[in-house]
Amino acid sequence: MNALTLWFHKTGSPPTAYRLAGRIMPWCYGLGLVLGLVALYGGLVLAPRDYQQGDAYRIIFIHVPCAWMGLFAYFFMAANAFIALVWRIKLSEVLAMAAAPVGAAFTFITLVTGSLWGKPMWGTWWTWDARLTSELVLLFLYLGVIGLHAAIEDRRQAARAAGFLALIGVVNIPIVHFSVNWWNTLHQGSTVRLMGPSKIDGSMIWPLLLMALATHVWFFGSVLARTRIGLLELDGGKDWVRAIALGETEARA
Amino acid sequence: MNDFLAMGGYGAYVWGSYAVFFVVLAIEALAPRATRRRVLTELRGRLRRREQRNEPSA
Repeated sequence: MNALTLWFHKTGSPPTAYRLAGRIMPWCYGLGLVLGLVALYGGLVLAPRDYQQGDAYRIIFIHVPCAWMGLFAYFFMAANAFIALVWRIKLSEVLAMAAAPVGAAFTFITLVTGSLWGKPMWGTWWTWDARLTSELVLLFLYLGVIGLHAAIEDRRQAARAAGFLALIGVVNIPIVHFSVNWWNTLHQGSTVRLMGPSKIDGSMIWPLLLMALATHVWFFGSVLARTRIGLLELDGGKDWVRAIALGETEARA
Repeated sequence: MNDFLAMGGYGAYVWGSYAVFFVVLAIEALAPRATRRRVLTELRGRLRRREQRNEPSA
């Protein structure tokens, strides 16, 4: 085995991954919180009022980052599910299943804040528009993955079945993303674009991008916290887990 | 300050959104702590039962 595969196997082994995750996790939560608060100050206080939507547009600073996170978390989950199904790597199974509840939380926030934004701007809480419907399907996919994973007793079989469902659900990702281009939707098109200039002023875009960074870092903190629990469950009978359960090593953090 | 809270008349929508954001993320961050405690308690129970089973024969 060369040095890289050796390193990979060592880092991917449950006890090492558990310890490493425990060390990185608090930094993710802390950094996410600090960046998020700065972004909130920028979005709620410093950014000017929108000429058309007034102050209602300020919902964008959480709505859009959370929507991105919903898609990012799904991508992260599906990629790990793929690795888990093809190479049978335990850590990937755990990572994929750890991402599902976090992605579901962000998707839920996206739907609710979108609804709260839609009422004053569109005059309705909900409409069966392509973007809204595909986002709702995304939430149901997350809930399906979580439910399937919880329903099967054997942890490895559960992760494999739920991972398979996650992979099938990938078809919905481009539909969510391109829905505003493919159909004539009530939902507006992309404001921030990678290709070409964004349709938003600099004073408004920095809090948005900073919040996106904050939610990404937070996501990893949360995934790591859940990964640690998943590893404990997976390796329930092993000595290292026994030591943690009985408090022989520092079980905290 | 009142102007800030009013959000140009959209206060309920804007602050409602931010409240949902914070509450959901707080629950999302606290949930693993509860799960972790439950999993460790379960593991301890399983270990204790196994020890009890082994004792008479030993």
